[in-house]
Amino acid sequence: MTDEPIIKFDKVIKRFGDLTVLNELDFEVKKGEKVSIIGPSGSGKSTVLRILMTLEGINGGVVTVNGEPLWHEKGPDGTLKPASEAHLHKMRAQLGMVFQQFNLFPHMTVLRNITEAPVKVLGLSKQEARQRAEELLELVGLADQAQKYPHQLSGGQQQRVGIARALAMRPNILLFDEPTSALDPELVGEVLNVIGKLAHEHDLTMLLVTHEMRFAREISDRVCFFDQGRIREEGAPEELFTDPSEERTREFLQAVLDS
Amino acid sequence: MLFGYEWDLSSPLAFALSILPILLTGMIVTIQATVLGFFVALVLGLIWAVLKSAPSRFIAWPARVVTEFIRDTPLLVQLFFLYYVLPEFGIVLPAFLTGALALGIQYSAYTSEVYRAGIEAVGADQREAARALNFSGTHTFTHVVVPQAIPRIIPAMGNYLVSIMKDVPVLSVVTVLEMLNVAKIVGDRTFDYLVPLSMVGALYLIMTLVASAGVRLLDTWLPKQGIPLK
Amino acid sequence: MHWTEYLPPLMQGAWVTIQLTFYSTLLGGLLAFAAGIGKISSNWAIKGVSVAYIEVFRGTSLLVQLFWLYFALPIAGMAIGLDLRLPPVVAGVLALSLNIGAYGAEVVRGAIQSVHKDQHEAARALNFTPRQTLWTITIPQAIPEMMPSFGNLAVQNLKDTALVSLISLGDLTFRAEQIRNFTQDSTTIYSMLLVTYFGMALVLTAIMRGLEAYVSRWRVARS
Repeated sequence: MTDEPIIKFDKVIKRFGDLTVLNELDFEVKKGEKVSIIGPSGSGKSTVLRILMTLEGINGGVVTVNGEPLWHEKGPDGTLKPASEAHLHKMRAQLGMVFQQFNLFPHMTVLRNITEAPVKVLGLSKQEARQRAEELLELVGLADQAQKYPHQLSGGQQQRVGIARALAMRPNILLFDEPTSALDPELVGEVLNVIGKLAHEHDLTMLLVTHEMRFAREISDRVCFFDQGRIREEGAPEELFTDPSEERTREFLQAVLDS
Repeated sequence: MLFGYEWDLSSPLAFALSILPILLTGMIVTIQATVLGFFVALVLGLIWAVLKSAPSRFIAWPARVVTEFIRDTPLLVQLFFLYYVLPEFGIVLPAFLTGALALGIQYSAYTSEVYRAGIEAVGADQREAARALNFSGTHTFTHVVVPQAIPRIIPAMGNYLVSIMKDVPVLSVVTVLEMLNVAKIVGDRTFDYLVPLSMVGALYLIMTLVASAGVRLLDTWLPKQGIPLK
Repeated sequence: MHWTEYLPPLMQGAWVTIQLTFYSTLLGGLLAFAAGIGKISSNWAIKGVSVAYIEVFRGTSLLVQLFWLYFALPIAGMAIGLDLRLPPVVAGVLALSLNIGAYGAEVVRGAIQSVHKDQHEAARALNFTPRQTLWTITIPQAIPEMMPSFGNLAVQNLKDTALVSLISLGDLTFRAEQIRNFTQDSTTIYSMLLVTYFGMALVLTAIMRGLEAYVSRWRVARS
């Protein structure tokens, strides 16, 4: 882990109609860092990931990924102008996302779900992509399910395919948007195991929005508590979970841990 | 005598058998008009669907008004309009083509909705996943949206094919010799409408049953593994 | 002739079209309920008749049905010694109602079967008879479900009334044809005709939406 920030939010504003979801958010993630974002629903935590994945635009401020503005481009005179689709396409190559509802392509086999983008977007040969997919399926423990369709798998298996699909693009940054909250409780463990393995064995930068407090504590270098569109408190997991300095954080943790 | 076939009025059964070839000659025209009308409806409907979803409201809004107008006015009147008004502007088409065009125009208003609904049924989550994987817009459309929309579109289109077939008799008013028109002519000449018109009814039942079965068969053949269909 | 002179005869025809639409939609609605409920009846005779009616009228063409009632039925009547000659207006209303009723029956059946199983179980637990369940529990919940489709069918029926002009019933299209034969002014007369049908369809759609909003109150308690 180096000290150079790979993700930087500088006074970012995001509104949905009259509702301000992100209110001049400042936020940084260092290269290789594993950061968990926790907070009440509606606090804007998923929005941070969706902005990074370029699924949502921003209304103000600057987002920087790897030193380059994400939603802006530098014009010839050095000023920032809104990003073109070509710029977004280039920037997206550094990011991958695991969705809450998996968002697998239902009409493609597991293998094709994983190889489609490497072949069509990165230009890998079918053989290369297939080999990469098989390694990843091995990693997520689904080597024998390659020819199945998503609906033939359990939710936990589908989400592990979702992780393999995102990894197949070799992103520098992997975004997890509540990856286990659509799963039955008994299937949560298998997905968390895979994410944990990635966290411990890879130098990937990981950003995780989750309600699994124990897991966040286990794998994160840093935990951010989001409230009303801003970071209310952040710190090492030990600190934040055992001795939060803010009253709001304490209340939230109390409510979540009690339930 | 019609199309070179004589009728035999000695008994109802003999009459029925003797005019069957005449009615089948009409049936061929019915099928031709159905196929051509369906083709026009598929192509024109796609054009409407694209125009209706255009980002510019100066394109989308008129397209919506036009399709609503087509949908809310009778096929018969649209047919009269094409048949009598087009020649005033120097466009003279054979009756059969005018008829197939009218069928196609009427049903294009319906097929455009089928396209739209089929594409909209592919959820935002699929588009987001495609975007996260950096697919181009074209690739997302051709490899993610269309394959999931087609199994939803085909059955609905099949139903409209059958509906078009049932509307072909309207073309008889502009002298197209489809099945009902032929039966009517036989009736006019023999003063027996019961046998020819009942036969047309029976032949229609067979045609719609066969066409519906064909559509269902096509539907089972379609690759739709895993696509959630409502 | 100036185009405004076309208006009085066209309005006369439009009034006939409105009446035809009203009566055949009403009668078609009754047939739709009878056949739709009949199709899910446990009595095989009722079920058989309903299914046969639905299949025959959905499987053939409206114009064939209209011609059959107007031209063929009297001959069938003659053969059995009955006078079954129908005045055009009766043949027209009958053909339109029978046709729209068959399509409506599938709507009624679908809506009834879409009422959730829970409701039947609750009714059974309260010891309602099957008939009571149908009329007091199922149908009131199914009707709001049917309304959007009935709205489409009513507009379809309005459009279909144009076909009765072919058995010389003096509806809107028939009047327009008469004027065209007389003046040869096709463009004006058919444009006016299309616009009139469009206007009537918009009004009919608005009426059906109003009805839909009215009956949707019946299921407010459920959602």
